[in-house]
Amino acid sequence: MLILNCPYCGVDAEETELAAGGEAHLKRFGPGSSDDEFHDYLFMRENPKGVHFERWRHANGCGKWFHAARCTQSLEVFGTYSAQTTEPPKEIKDAITAKRPGWTWREFS
Amino acid sequence: MKHYSAFAVAREALRYHTGWERAWRSPEPKKRYDAIIVGAGGHGLATAYYLGKNYGIQNVAVIEKGWLGGGNTGRNTTIIRSNYLQDPSAAIYEKARGLYEDLSQELNYNIMFSPRGVIMLAQTQHEIRGYQRTAHANALQGVQTEWIGPERVKELVPIINLEGPRYPVLGGLWQERGGTARHDAVAWGYARACSAMGMDIIQQCEVTGVRQENGRVVGVDTTKGAIDCDKLGIVVAGHSGQLAEMAGFRLPLEAVALQALVSEPIKPCMDVVVMANTVHGYMSQSDKGEMVIGGGTDAYNNFTQRGSFHHIEETVRALVETFPMISRLKMLRQWGGIVDMTGDRSPILSKTPLQGCFINGGWGTGGFKAIPGSGWGMAQLMATGHSSLTEAFSLDRFKEGRFIDESVAAGVAH
Repeated sequence: MLILNCPYCGVDAEETELAAGGEAHLKRFGPGSSDDEFHDYLFMRENPKGVHFERWRHANGCGKWFHAARCTQSLEVFGTYSAQTTEPPKEIKDAITAKRPGWTWREFS
Repeated sequence: MKHYSAFAVAREALRYHTGWERAWRSPEPKKRYDAIIVGAGGHGLATAYYLGKNYGIQNVAVIEKGWLGGGNTGRNTTIIRSNYLQDPSAAIYEKARGLYEDLSQELNYNIMFSPRGVIMLAQTQHEIRGYQRTAHANALQGVQTEWIGPERVKELVPIINLEGPRYPVLGGLWQERGGTARHDAVAWGYARACSAMGMDIIQQCEVTGVRQENGRVVGVDTTKGAIDCDKLGIVVAGHSGQLAEMAGFRLPLEAVALQALVSEPIKPCMDVVVMANTVHGYMSQSDKGEMVIGGGTDAYNNFTQRGSFHHIEETVRALVETFPMISRLKMLRQWGGIVDMTGDRSPILSKTPLQGCFINGGWGTGGFKAIPGSGWGMAQLMATGHSSLTEAFSLDRFKEGRFIDESVAAGVAH
């Protein structure tokens, strides 16, 4: 079972305590954007076999949204961090680099 | 290819079964093919088969990373039905169901199609309205289904508990000619027929790159070297995104794990397929007597072919309430498959931004039932550039807002 540490309340939460919220760090496109931008924003999710960044909610706990860095191939969790950011913090990136040298995900690496 | 028949069995019995030949050849790849299909699952093999049979394109290779039929074709719960709400879905799934009817004869390979009937249970007021609507839609589409009341459900499924406290059975959508088939045999039968046409099925060969010139596909790089082709079909389910990346475009797909499990074998107790979408569980009894149970998908991206344990618990908990007699069954095996999900839960059968390259994927949780129809439409698309079966499932439907919304119509068990 997937276990993620909630960065807000500090609890190691099991999967049944959490709600998955899909891809993290989406840039939102609304009125005035082009068809391509809106299409990509709505439907083109990252679907990597490897390093992935996601939103999770500690639904049956403190209720807070947070971010997790995870490997979709091994289910290894690299770390969790605050939702109040537009990109993964340096320590998370470093933790991934230590285990997956040369990783990239969207514009991050 | 030697014909399988009762006579052949008798002949071989008399000579100690020394005359059987391998069902398909395992050749080394040639330098060039007219068409290459990546993925030797049901959909890929069916595409190759109909390319050869319907369009005379027989210089074809089917390339498979693992072994033939070892992905989702061998991991599903073998259910065949076509009771979909939307017209394009009903058309392609009903085409498939119709082809399944005499596929054993056509392929000369027993796929054990068993049109035993499929019930989708209505367990909420919302589902009653939804399934009655689907029954009316099916009547207009020429798909034979009917809405039945709880008494008829009990007649068809004596082991069901109609009066469950949380999930009472209020009726169901009944498709009498739905059923099951032997999933491996579908892949094996198509593979044998493809091989007999002279097509090459190349297993243990991973595609590592898609080669292109001037916006047109010219071949693939594989672990067995480069192979040239005029046309390329990508039919790889969970790894569609990875193949698309090699070809230089992206797909609106996410890969998640879907699980199933089977019980120990017991005496015959249920001769129809029962699906309960409210509780994300479905069950049928295999010819060996095992209860075959399918559950829900994980909520997060996953390539592990395992899936989360709590989903099994949720599925089994709900099914035990609906079928109290299974509460003491031991479960024998559990497994997972990686399914590629689109936003509208309908597949993608389409041309791609790379000329000569076609995609057949996004079948999500419900691809097995569609194999013959999918192959039929995909072959038409690859051979002629157009297919009325696949037209609505094109890649640009997301940008144009032409969704084929089965996420509401079909629920999770799809």
